[in-house]
Amino acid sequence: MSDINRYAVFGGIYNNYLALTAVLDDAERRGAQETYCLGDLGGFGPHPDRVFSILQERGVMVMQGNYDHSIGNDLEDCGCGYSDPRDNHYAALSYAYTRAKTSARWRPYLRGLPSVLRRRWDQQRVLMAHGSPRKVNEFLWESSSSDRFLSRLLDEHEADILLVTHSGIPWQRQVERNRLVVNVGAIGRPANDGRTEVWYALVTVTGGRARAELIPVAYDHLRLASEMRAEGIPEEFAITIETGWWTTCLEILPAKERARGRY
Amino acid sequence: MTVRLPIVVPFSPSIDEAQAPEVPFSALDTVWFQLTGTLCNIACQHCFISCGPKENRVPMMTEATVRSYLSEAAELGVRDYYFTGGEPLLHPQFWTLAESVLAVGPLTVLSNGILIDGANAERARTLFDAARYSFDLRISLDGMSAEENDPVRGRGTFEAITRGIAELARVGLSPTITVVEHRTGMGSEQSRSQFLQFVVELGLSRPRVKFMPLLRIGREAERTHGYDSALAWYSPGPVEEALAERLLCSSSRLVTEHGVMICPILLDAPGAQLAKTLRQSMTPIALRWDACRTCVVDGLSCRT
Ligand code: SF4
Ligand code: SF4
Ligand SMILES: [Fe+2]
Repeated sequence: MSDINRYAVFGGIYNNYLALTAVLDDAERRGAQETYCLGDLGGFGPHPDRVFSILQERGVMVMQGNYDHSIGNDLEDCGCGYSDPRDNHYAALSYAYTRAKTSARWRPYLRGLPSVLRRRWDQQRVLMAHGSPRKVNEFLWESSSSDRFLSRLLDEHEADILLVTHSGIPWQRQVERNRLVVNVGAIGRPANDGRTEVWYALVTVTGGRARAELIPVAYDHLRLASEMRAEGIPEEFAITIETGWWTTCLEILPAKERARGRY
Repeated sequence: MTVRLPIVVPFSPSIDEAQAPEVPFSALDTVWFQLTGTLCNIACQHCFISCGPKENRVPMMTEATVRSYLSEAAELGVRDYYFTGGEPLLHPQFWTLAESVLAVGPLTVLSNGILIDGANAERARTLFDAARYSFDLRISLDGMSAEENDPVRGRGTFEAITRGIAELARVGLSPTITVVEHRTGMGSEQSRSQFLQFVVELGLSRPRVKFMPLLRIGREAERTHGYDSALAWYSPGPVEEALAERLLCSSSRLVTEHGVMICPILLDAPGAQLAKTLRQSMTPIALRWDACRTCVVDGLSCRT
């Protein structure tokens, strides 16, 4: 065995058990030694209960997202952090679906998930958080996070590698002193780029240096969309799955990310 | 007809320090630049900081002042920046300063859109494409017709503002349109969706509309009325965490030619002056002004 270490990190499953399986297969093929999920198991996909056994059987280390906290504690609201009425309307519909369809027996599991994960990967201090290290539902977008701001987060939270999800669009940036910030995106829905694949991150640490690769993964998205329709999930969500363009949650996007999408 | 503008009087806090709610300071995430001071190319009837074409009581920021705050902000790990005024596009170095900010972090510019002609729209587009960070524009428009907008913003402004918006649309930019609810009912769900449809018709492909409650200070206090100071909307002690997070004063500061102030709303409140440097201005804030009610009770947020 060499001293190369590979870690697969993903987030935002949104009940998309088909993408979850595809991502885990891909990570395995690429030689990931450990696999992490940064939270938000539930969302607008169909059949919320299906992801739990997959995560457990495949030994994924899971942390808590805002959705998991809300479902686990049977709260009224997903705590997604949207501000626009239309975004909140759709978020409420998918949350109501997941809340109704998640078996009560999974609530203690979701409630008990850790809200942060820390690791040492070859001397690098790794911090995994859902939204940001300071707030579970803070959105870290590429075009709205200054380098200096990211450096400050790393300083304040004593990390060399910061891995987050929640916003749903993957990006990575090297900041001062060779430190690395990666938003791993979400595997539950495409990244508003007109492609139907979903994204995760493969982090490689070798000789005390870390780098990340953002990887698109194809899965049976047409089957997912038809299962969503059969479950009565709003059409807007199915369209996103089929086209790769976001139809909701648009108001939280910064200008640059918004301009790249279709709507 | 000449419009007589009232003389602007600085206002002092109306709430006792001991009675005022307190907002803890969390982190300096956002810095606002009062770029052109109170200089504006129009003089809206509802302007809460009484700006206008001859209004220079808060001076324009010099390039040196902007740069010095920008570098202090970057050192402190600021996440994003805003240009406000007055009308920021009146600053002679507007484009170079915008470019300098965008080298450091995302920038949102609050404008009335009147100065956005074809050439400026092209420049905005070039900057938008060249910057690593988001360059966002926010244009204020207070109605879907001249009849609705012009009484508050001035004759001919509807025409001029919508022309500016159309120029941005033509180069593929989609500014956020902000609407002040200067008449009751403007913020209703029906009017919101009508407005959204209206900006789509102006050519914006990714329509964003933000409604904002009135601030009853500055010229607006003359147009309608000020705050009723007897209204008890507050209680002493630290505010709830969720509220603190929503309020600008917990994580932003306004820089002006004369120093750092709490927030853009309190520009005419001498008591809201904090210090010369950002570093010395990262302090808890006592909400001692009537205008704070608009943030706390009516949910005003100056963020996009
Ligand atoms: S409201 Fe805006 S556009 Fe109108 S006078 Fe004030 S600063 Fe100028
Ligand atoms: S006006 Fe608003 S942002 Fe300014 S100090 Fe008062 S509550 Fe805070
Ligand atoms: Fe989330």
